[in-house]
Amino acid sequence: MLDALQHLGRATLDFFERLGRGHLLLLQMLAKLPGLLLRPGLVLVQLYSVGVLTLVIILVSGIFVGMVLGLQGYNTLVDFGAEDSLGVVVALSLVRELGPVVSALLFAGRAGSALTAEIGLMKATEQLSGMEMMAVDPVQRVIAPRFLAAFLSMPLLAAIFSAVGIYGGYLVGVPLLGVDDGAFWGQMQGAVDLHDDIYNGVIKSIVFGFVAGWIALFEGYDATPTAAGVSRATTRTVVHTALAVLGLDFVLTALMFGD
Amino acid sequence: MNSRTVEIGVGLFVALGIAALFMLAMQASNLSTMTGGDGYIITAGFENVGGLKERSAVTVSGVRVGRVESIDYDHTSFEAVVSLRIDAQHDSFPVDTSASIYTSGLLGEQYVALEPGGSLENLVAGDRLQLTQSALVMEQVIGQFLYSTAAGKSEQ
Repeated sequence: MLDALQHLGRATLDFFERLGRGHLLLLQMLAKLPGLLLRPGLVLVQLYSVGVLTLVIILVSGIFVGMVLGLQGYNTLVDFGAEDSLGVVVALSLVRELGPVVSALLFAGRAGSALTAEIGLMKATEQLSGMEMMAVDPVQRVIAPRFLAAFLSMPLLAAIFSAVGIYGGYLVGVPLLGVDDGAFWGQMQGAVDLHDDIYNGVIKSIVFGFVAGWIALFEGYDATPTAAGVSRATTRTVVHTALAVLGLDFVLTALMFGD
Repeated sequence: MNSRTVEIGVGLFVALGIAALFMLAMQASNLSTMTGGDGYIITAGFENVGGLKERSAVTVSGVRVGRVESIDYDHTSFEAVVSLRIDAQHDSFPVDTSASIYTSGLLGEQYVALEPGGSLENLVAGDRLQLTQSALVMEQVIGQFLYSTAAGKSEQ
């Protein structure tokens, strides 16, 4: 009985301790961001490994998600004789929801896991403590540039996903299924609002980039410095990012579109 | 990794991202058809605006000439007051222009259709349209139809 209570207590304390360490790391990262202006090269390299290398999976998934939306949307809409609204269906689902969310999930799988594994391995091989020994701040040199890169690339990736997806829906809808070209774009332009839909989508993806980068870097920085610890941390990054993104998506959607 | 490749890659990525945002803004949204704050406002009172919304289209002969700016309720005349923002280039509507609320298609959205009258004087900003026709409410139409068929039957 007492053992069970002790377990519960320790689990709770561990949880809050991790939460505290996570926020401490976040504060440190944010405090170190202005210093990156002096070393833009560090961010550039990370933008390459976080953003550019994720581009392929985003492009391919975007075009397929758009094509599937086009097919499914057409099959449903044609029953009501409303297939001219296909452009609206494709554009709104991509810009509001699928663009930010799916690209954040792909980002967690492709870039987040890589960030955690890299930082975790650096910690396991004592590179981070080595830096501290040489009076180089690892948060400044290693963590902050990766955070900024994740933060910057996420909105761009989500926008690319949505744009490519809309063209994917267009390819299936207009040349293949015979929806009218003018109706596809015209109804889309009538229904998609620059402020309500596109800005809110961009805000969503910025929030997701912030959270995905934070979780990935914290898991790596906080990993148990063993092979098993790094592998556990990598798994946790993907799971926690997915949960956080989906949960936050509900909150953000309720705030933005719940009028 | 060659630093030149990295830089070219990042440049390409950023350019692609900005192009995608630009495409979304110009091609997929209403930015290109937005008129902004120019033009002038006229108002019209309706008994019932039905499903008319802000930003709905205002048309003349099927051509869009403006948008619905706001919809308010007037407590003195007991009717809905709709402000219409008409684009600046369409500045010569007669004062006896009439406004009706129609539905595009069977299930489409509602819009305001203007029909120019024959007066020689033109509307200016702030004028109120006198001749208006409310939105059709489906229940009323069905009710009238049922009533008239029933009346027709009993006469026979």
